[in-house]
Amino acid sequence: MEGNQALYHLREGFRSIFTHGLMSFASVCMIVACLLIMGSFSLVAVNANSMLTDLERDNEILAYVDDDFTDPESLQSRIEAIPNVTSATFISKAQAMAEFKSQQDDPSLFEDLPSNTLRDRYQIHIDDIEQMEETVKLIGNVSGIARVQAALEIADGFVMVRNVASAIAIILVVMLVVISVFIISNTIRLATFTRRDEIAIVKMCGATNWFIRWPFMIEGVILGLVGAVIAFFVQWGIYGLLGRAMANSGILSLIDTIPFTNMAGTVLLVFLAVGFVIGAGGSALAIRKFLKV
Amino acid sequence: MIRLTNVHKEFENGTKALKGVSMQIDDGEFVFLVGPSGSGKSTIIRLITGELEATSGRLMVNGYNLSDISVQQIPLMRRTLGVVFQDFRLIEKKTVAENLEVAMRAAGATAREIGRRVPYILGLVGLEGKEHMLPTQLSGGEQQRVAIARALANNPSVIIADEPTGNLDPDRSLEIMSLLEKINDMGTTILVVTHERELVNRFGKRVVAIESGRLISDAAGGYYRNGR
Repeated sequence: MEGNQALYHLREGFRSIFTHGLMSFASVCMIVACLLIMGSFSLVAVNANSMLTDLERDNEILAYVDDDFTDPESLQSRIEAIPNVTSATFISKAQAMAEFKSQQDDPSLFEDLPSNTLRDRYQIHIDDIEQMEETVKLIGNVSGIARVQAALEIADGFVMVRNVASAIAIILVVMLVVISVFIISNTIRLATFTRRDEIAIVKMCGATNWFIRWPFMIEGVILGLVGAVIAFFVQWGIYGLLGRAMANSGILSLIDTIPFTNMAGTVLLVFLAVGFVIGAGGSALAIRKFLKV
Repeated sequence: MIRLTNVHKEFENGTKALKGVSMQIDDGEFVFLVGPSGSGKSTIIRLITGELEATSGRLMVNGYNLSDISVQQIPLMRRTLGVVFQDFRLIEKKTVAENLEVAMRAAGATAREIGRRVPYILGLVGLEGKEHMLPTQLSGGEQQRVAIARALANNPSVIIADEPTGNLDPDRSLEIMSLLEKINDMGTTILVVTHERELVNRFGKRVVAIESGRLISDAAGGYYRNGR
C-alpha cells in the first residue's frame, strides 16, 4: 500500500468513527464490557494462583535425624543439595521441645520431660510441590535421616486444585475471547450494514476488497484500543474498590491480594492486545459478508 | 467493446433470465437497451459489471473474458466501466467532490490526479461550484449529474446507465440524456437501459430490444417507432 493510500485509509477510518458516532460508542461499550469480564476473571485467577503458591510454600517437610548420628548439623548442606529443596532449617532437640511446650495450653505439665525426648530435625521447604514425593524419597536416602514426614495428600490436593483452576481459567478465558469477537463482530456488522450500499458503490468503481477492508479494520482497531484503555482504568478502579472492601471485612481480610500496580503493565498490555485482536478480527469478520458484490 | 455470445443465465430458484443472448457493442457506440420489466435488461447489466456470472456462453468486456475472469481481475475490469443507477447511489455523508474522490481512490489515483481531474469533470457535467455540497442538498437532476461525474471519474471506455432518468421529470431526463450524448461524442461508449419510449425515439440511436430473456430486435433509429 502506498503512503498516499495509507493516509487516505487512516483518514477514512478516523472519520468513520465520528460519522457513525452511535455505533462507535456501542462498539467501545461492548469491548469495555468484554474486557472487564475477562480481566476480572483473570485477576481472580491470578490472585488464587498466588494464594495457592503461598500455601504451597507453607507446606513443609520434616526430616528426623537418627539418634545415633553424631553430627546432625552436618546434614544441612547435603539436604540443601537435593534438587527442588529451597531451604533446610536445623532444629535441635532442645529447640523442638521448647517449641512443643510453647504450643501447649499448660506448659508446666511437660516440665519434667527429658530434653532428649524429641529428635533433632530439619524443617525443609521445597520449590515444586508436584515433585514432593520424589524429593521426600531423596531426603529419606540421606544417611543420618531416620524418618521423613510430609503431608503428601495435602500436596496432591493443592496440585489438583491448581490444575483444575488453571484448566477452568484457560477454558473460560478462551470462551470469553471467542464470545467477545462474536459480539464485537455483530456490533460492527450492524455498523457495516448501514454502509453496505456505500461498499457496493465503491466496489462498482473498481475497488479491491482490501481497499474497502482497510478503513474498517483501522476503525475497528482504534475502537478496540480505546476500549482497552477505558477498560484498563475501570478495572483498576474496581480492583481497588474490591481490595479495600475485602480489607475492611471479616474473614476476607485474611486474603492477601496482589496490588494492582504490580500487574498494571501486564494488564494494560494484555488489554491492548486483546482490544487490537477483537477490533481487527471483529471488523474483518463483519465486513466479509458485504464484500461479495 | 462489449460482446455477448449465446449467454444464458439461470438463477438458483430456476428462473431463466437470459436464454441465449448474443450482441456486440463497439467502441464509441451509443446503445439503448429496452424491454419490459423482468425481460432481462438488468441481468445483462449485472453480468457486464461482474455482479453475476453467466450460466453459459461467452462475455467479453473491454478485453476481459468474464467467463474466465479471476477475482483479482474483476476490480481492474470494473475500472474500465462507469456505472450510473436510477437511484443515483451517492454516498450521502460525503460531499460531491468526495464522492468522486472515493471512486478515483478505489482505482488507485493519487491526491494530485484527483485534485486535477475532479474540477474538470464537475465542469463537464455542469456542476461547477457545487463540489462542497452534500448530495442531499442537490436536486434529483443534479444528483444524477454527480453520479455521471463519478462514472466518468476514472476515464472509463464504457458508461452503463441503468434507468438513469427513472426518477427525473421529462425536462431533467432530456438534460441527462443530452449529457450522455455529449460524453458519447467525446468517444466514450454509452449503454443506456430504459423503457422511456419518447426519449429513445427522440435520440434516434441504436436500440436493442429484449423480451423474456431473448433479444428480439436490434436496429438503429428507435425500436418503439415501429409500432411496439
